Amino acid sequence: MKIGTPKEVYEGEARVAMTPDSAQALQKLGYECAIESGAGALAGFTDAAYEEAGVEVIKTAATLWKNCDIIAKVRQPNDTEMKRLREGQTLISFFNPAGNEKGLEAAKKKGANVIAMEMVPRISRAQKMDALSSMANIAGYRAVIEAGNNYGRFFTGQITAAGKVPPAKVLVVGAGVAGLAAIGAATSLGAITYAFDVRPEVAEQVESMGAEFVYLDFEEEQQDGAASGGYASVSSPEFREAQLAKFRELAPEMDIVITTALIPNREAPELWTEDMVASMKRGSVIVDLAAEKGGNCKLTVMDEKIVTDNGVTIIGYTDFPSRMASQSSSLYATNIRHMMTDLTPEKDGQINHNMEDDVIRGATVTYDHEITWPPPPPKVQAIAAQKKEKPKELTPEEKRAQEVAAFKAQTKSQVTLLLIGGALMALLGLVAPPSFMQHFIVFVLSCFIGFQVIWNVSHSLHTPLMAVTNAISGIIVLGAVLQIGSSNGLVVFLSTIAVLVATINIVGGFLVTRRMLAMFQKS
Amino acid sequence: MFGDQFVTAAAITASVLFILSLGGLSGQESAKRAVWYGIVGMALAVFFTMFGPGIGNYAFLLIAMVVGAVIGTVVAKRVEMTEMPQLVAALHSFVGLAAVFVGLNAEMERLRVIRKLADAGIDACEGAISAIACATQAGQADLFKEFQGFAYKVATKIPSEIAFLKVEVVLGIFIGAVTFTGSVIAFGKLAGKVDGKPFQLPGGHMLNAAAAFACLLLAVVYLAYGGMWPLVLIMLLSFFIGYHLIMGIGGADMPVVVSMLNSYSGWAAAAIGFTLSNDLLIVTGALVGSSGAILSYIMCKAMNRAFVSVILGGFGGASGPQMEVEGEQIAIDADGVAAALDEADSVIIVPGYGMAVAQAQNAVSELTKRLRGKGKEVRFAIHPVAGRLPGHMNVLLAEAKVPYDIVMEMDEINDDFPDTDVVIVIGSNDIVNPAAQDDPNSPIAGMPVLEVWKAKQVFVSKRGQGTGYSGIENPLFYKENTRMFYGDAKQSLEALLQKIS
Repeated sequence: MKIGTPKEVYEGEARVAMTPDSAQALQKLGYECAIESGAGALAGFTDAAYEEAGVEVIKTAATLWKNCDIIAKVRQPNDTEMKRLREGQTLISFFNPAGNEKGLEAAKKKGANVIAMEMVPRISRAQKMDALSSMANIAGYRAVIEAGNNYGRFFTGQITAAGKVPPAKVLVVGAGVAGLAAIGAATSLGAITYAFDVRPEVAEQVESMGAEFVYLDFEEEQQDGAASGGYASVSSPEFREAQLAKFRELAPEMDIVITTALIPNREAPELWTEDMVASMKRGSVIVDLAAEKGGNCKLTVMDEKIVTDNGVTIIGYTDFPSRMASQSSSLYATNIRHMMTDLTPEKDGQINHNMEDDVIRGATVTYDHEITWPPPPPKVQAIAAQKKEKPKELTPEEKRAQEVAAFKAQTKSQVTLLLIGGALMALLGLVAPPSFMQHFIVFVLSCFIGFQVIWNVSHSLHTPLMAVTNAISGIIVLGAVLQIGSSNGLVVFLSTIAVLVATINIVGGFLVTRRMLAMFQKS
Repeated sequence: MFGDQFVTAAAITASVLFILSLGGLSGQESAKRAVWYGIVGMALAVFFTMFGPGIGNYAFLLIAMVVGAVIGTVVAKRVEMTEMPQLVAALHSFVGLAAVFVGLNAEMERLRVIRKLADAGIDACEGAISAIACATQAGQADLFKEFQGFAYKVATKIPSEIAFLKVEVVLGIFIGAVTFTGSVIAFGKLAGKVDGKPFQLPGGHMLNAAAAFACLLLAVVYLAYGGMWPLVLIMLLSFFIGYHLIMGIGGADMPVVVSMLNSYSGWAAAAIGFTLSNDLLIVTGALVGSSGAILSYIMCKAMNRAFVSVILGGFGGASGPQMEVEGEQIAIDADGVAAALDEADSVIIVPGYGMAVAQAQNAVSELTKRLRGKGKEVRFAIHPVAGRLPGHMNVLLAEAKVPYDIVMEMDEINDDFPDTDVVIVIGSNDIVNPAAQDDPNSPIAGMPVLEVWKAKQVFVSKRGQGTGYSGIENPLFYKENTRMFYGDAKQSLEALLQKIS
């Protein structure tokens, strides 16, 4: 089958859904690849580069849509493109099924199978095709770069001959994929980074990226992110108040604020109110990554950069991934390629649209003249549920009591063992001849010495230990030596064999131990 | 010729030297000296006993010793370090065999003494006295003059001592015979000559129990009446027990089996020491026996299993359904591993039996050298039961010239995984299985494991997608930070080495 990628028609969109690299990987799956002429130009991939990778370059979009069985693109298709869709064709793209009823109907009527990249479920197995995450990652990174571009100072603190430069303070609201990427970029530029999220379980991730997690003084049954598929959900009014109070406290100190708070299928929550903006320093920058859904700050204007009266820059761009078209095209093309890998289990260039598969089922929005959106909940939970119970901390008194009890139990078992041992010895003494008891003392003491000595042997020398004990257990040769002088032929014969094998043991054991120990060398 | 006092003096010296020899193994450097203590002790003991009182047939003795020494030398020089487990098992079998022969000889000598007495026409003696005293009583004081060595000693024993002698003989033969066949089977399994899978005759452990019970009955018969036939039967039954017991145990439990046999060989020597009234044998046997017992204990603890359950074979029954493993195994090629290693600052390598099988230790060593050359921190994490012999991995790495100070025990290194960039798991499976901690229903729940999954990235070099020895699915392979580096360990590492200059 043939996979084709048209040039994006949305204005300003620079990304492309197929790169020469991804095309090569797709060809390994058995597909032919085609691309519209100039589709990769804005992302830095020339037609020549595609041709070199074995991709057929097709002049017009119309021909491409007609000739290809599978269409991979980035943006939600417009009306013209929807018209070009035909029966049995598979379209892989962002599709916005929640706000695109018209498109769903059209695809259903045409009988095309549409896979919406934003619907890929958030489970571990599907991470490699999770385009939302890969795009959010870029958006987070780019947000920091845009902020830096509009912020008139260093990120990192410096002490120079010309004076001291304080480090920038960055607050990232919402520690999802974009938020974490922003934290990573900001900390590596040297800024002091703070981060906030309504899901307390991400605090660990935030701290691992080098930022400080902003905790609220708020006692509430914290929500469990696992129940909502790893996304944030709406919080209670009291919680919201506590949160805003904290932000108000932080606002005057912050130089850069990056808000990334989104709740699925809802308008973005307002987290950065006008009075916070007013209290910020002149020259501060706010990057609102939620601008498309109305913004976390009400002053944000979608797709624009504005400067408020008190000199705070608010950036409301929504095309951050497109602003890094080369990088985002590579990642998106790889997401598509992974999706195709899952769709082609046989690697024979034929799509096997398996509606039993959680990931494929979740992402498919129309299939075989049916609208299949919204999908049933996936069988696998996105992230592990929080552990509910913690083992109870013991008080010092309880600990002490436990220790005493353990000590008593130990004493008791030791004394019991000694008593039993003593009784057994006494019984043995009743029947055994004195000569035996003398040897028995030697035996018991040797066992004790053995236990004491062997516990100190280093673990790494256990193999040499076995070899050397092997060699010295060849001491049994003495037994045979004592018997070999017999005048009984059979005894002599058996003794000779015993001497022979025991000697092998002694010599072999010692020599191999020496060989091994010589190998152990210090660096 | 030396008198008894010289022989005893030598025995004392040898005992001390043996203890020092074992004690010296607490560190790598002192161990190199310690092995000489052992050699000198052994030389002293053998020399003084050989030229002590009552020893004859020097021609046989010397020939046997020279031949044995030559064989021993050749074996020790030729053995590959990966074959150490089988060599150790083979050497155990020799001790067992020698113990059996010495035990049988003891009974034959005892019978000879009785026959001599009967031939001389002495039927009964007054009171509980030794054969010699009995002969003297009957006026034939010179009757045992021609008897030498052990036979003479038997003749001096009073009846209660003879009774104990018989118990010791039975014990020596029983333990020796079990050690012998058990070690032969362990050798076969380790060398791949016998199928490594657990195998049992119909009847399973009931057969062993029946055989052991029969041994007990025969022992009673022997103690009451004496004679060779019960002893020979005990020997044969014990041979069977040793064979059947070890056949029922799988390859990966061999560290426990080998250390158990190590222990048995010591107890066999001690039992023979009692028989011969030789303190040196008793001391040495007790040392070896306790050493093996401790090693078995350490191995069992490292697997969180009871000794009995290891020996009886099989894992404990799971108490519920095991957790399902989610996700998929993601493969990676040498390029990917090389790129990750290039970026890493700290690397931990976890070797297992698979490394020994693939003979990959030299490639691992080369990789270590190159990474260290680039200023990266490379360490090794060794689980106590990695490999088929306690400490097996340490010896293999030492052979490949990996310095021992970067080879760490589990307890030393387990806390460092979260700060590690890359972990490379080579041919190990169960010892890095997170199910041991996460899944209370897993058959290996509670077993201490190396927490490799806490590292930033884990590469697993493995032949295919199969499960480990225990047959348990390993969730590690499905984790997000794990990549599977499929293929023969040696070839994979050599491919990797080409990418790392």
